[in-house]
Amino acid sequence: MDATNPLATTAHAPRASRVRSSRRVSDRILIVASTLATLLGVIVLGSILLMLIVEGVKGFTPALFTAPTPGPGSEGGGIANAILGSLVMTFIGIVIATPIGLMAGTFLAEYGKTSKIADVIRFLNDVLLSAPSILIGLFVYTLMVRPMGTYSGWAGAVALAIIAVPVIVRTTEDMLRLVPSPMREAGAALGAPRSLVIRAITWRAASAGIVTGIILALARIAGETAPLLFTALNNNSWFNANLFGGVPNLPVMIYQFALSPYPNWQSLAWAGALLITVTILALSVTARFVIKEQRQR
Amino acid sequence: MTALTHSVALARESGVAARIAPSKTGDRLFQGLSYASALLVLLVLAGILGSIVYGAWPAFAEFGFGFLTSSAWNIGTEQYGALPAVIGTVAAALLALLIGVPISLGIAVYLTQLCPGWARKPVAMTIELLASVPSIIYGMWGLFVFAPLFARFVQVPVSNLVEGMPIVGTVLYARIPSGVGVLTAGIILAIMIVPFVASITRDMLDQIPTVLRESAYGIGCTTWEVVRHVLVPQASVSIIGAIMLGLGRALGETMAVTFVIGNANRLSASIFDPGSTIASRIANEFNEADGLQLSSLMALGCLLFIITFIVLIIARLLVRRSKVA
Repeated sequence: MDATNPLATTAHAPRASRVRSSRRVSDRILIVASTLATLLGVIVLGSILLMLIVEGVKGFTPALFTAPTPGPGSEGGGIANAILGSLVMTFIGIVIATPIGLMAGTFLAEYGKTSKIADVIRFLNDVLLSAPSILIGLFVYTLMVRPMGTYSGWAGAVALAIIAVPVIVRTTEDMLRLVPSPMREAGAALGAPRSLVIRAITWRAASAGIVTGIILALARIAGETAPLLFTALNNNSWFNANLFGGVPNLPVMIYQFALSPYPNWQSLAWAGALLITVTILALSVTARFVIKEQRQR
Repeated sequence: MTALTHSVALARESGVAARIAPSKTGDRLFQGLSYASALLVLLVLAGILGSIVYGAWPAFAEFGFGFLTSSAWNIGTEQYGALPAVIGTVAAALLALLIGVPISLGIAVYLTQLCPGWARKPVAMTIELLASVPSIIYGMWGLFVFAPLFARFVQVPVSNLVEGMPIVGTVLYARIPSGVGVLTAGIILAIMIVPFVASITRDMLDQIPTVLRESAYGIGCTTWEVVRHVLVPQASVSIIGAIMLGLGRALGETMAVTFVIGNANRLSASIFDPGSTIASRIANEFNEADGLQLSSLMALGCLLFIITFIVLIIARLLVRRSKVA
């Protein structure tokens, strides 16, 4: 337009400069707003960590790791029973979830691939990955707690396993897909049966990635509270070795103690919160470094 | 991959068959196990739905469709309705989107367009670490750090300002400015969904061919114009998917909400007032409930299942196989 009518250039000059300034303003707004948004995210994480450290460190005493949780209103005590209960349930949960998740991920990457059933399973696994964890608590309550007539550490572990499985399935499949096909073909060319190719070649090549998936699953279930409310519940003493009855655990302990009116309980809740958050952040950072190594291989 | 199947088949048909025969059972067993494990995922999902419907049946049989529209929650008279919890759930989740989505998009734009190279990785990692903080910690932060500040610097001044005004005077008026309430829950949920939405959006923006961006800059576009007219139209479907995924999380989030929403059973017109969501009510009452109250809570769980799964399925269809942590 401007080329055909040279007059237009001068005619539009003032308007052009106005457009330019509005362009500059919208650009500035975008830059400032998105920088502020990022800053906000960093500040929130910093504020959460600061809160945990300030409040949590006060409660860090040797007794924290040796004594069980005290009764309401009493002094002293620790959270050793809750730490042990959490460790036991998380461990059992991950022991149940790892073989299932590993095999299901292997099916999707090695056998099912683009078949219809694999597509459906992959899709529903992704849905399960973000399903509300409280519904999983209700499921395990109906499945185990009601028939058995008692809360138990087993029910808690199963609930945690159900949350861990989709995470492991997802990472296992993704990592197996990164393994180049010629490696599998080389194995098959040597006469190795398919299961041996998968176990000795594919799994081994993707081992760091698979381990990452398990660490991520650990990080995910270590802080889960909602599914434990109706399955493992909590209690204030050492738990039965057979895991029947309420099993104390960190997340539910934190929930109950933080909302209690007793200062001693509250300070134990803060100490537990610091412990659990530091553990989970350490697991997540570790997973990130392991996966980076796998991708670079 | 077909080459692999083919070569194994070839090996079996030829003379080698005798040598690999012993491992054939193991081979079949391995494949069978992996298939069974994959099917277990379907079974679990079906089990969740089945068990909740089973548990909820007495409530649905007793109240019928009235359960959806009733706002009663009376343990003494055994009258239960879902309306306040459903509205609370939807309201908190929508507030979370309203606040969280612009922040997420801002972070994604900052990380892909503006951030200097050396800071990109640490900043991205900080945002992603926010996603792994357990929800109970967000609840504690919300109740003990955020709520007092929110009451003092937002609820009190805003309530004083709008008092007596039509509509805003109702919606933004805190009868008891304690800092907890539906809006507080929405803000905490917003913080919780930001890392998810931001990291998916960032991945989507990163996947857009650089040539597109460069040619837009080349004809003199500003960063805003590149984002608005080139990047966003390219990634819009995935961004909507990411937002739906965030919505799915916000709808089902339990512990953080239970800490900060105030857990009131009645319906209030003000977003500063306490309320409850489906998840928070189940978390609060389930362990002490039995009989019709228990199955009413299960019925609430059933509604939550339906709402979140519809949202999540739409989200997954939109995002497809993008990276989702």
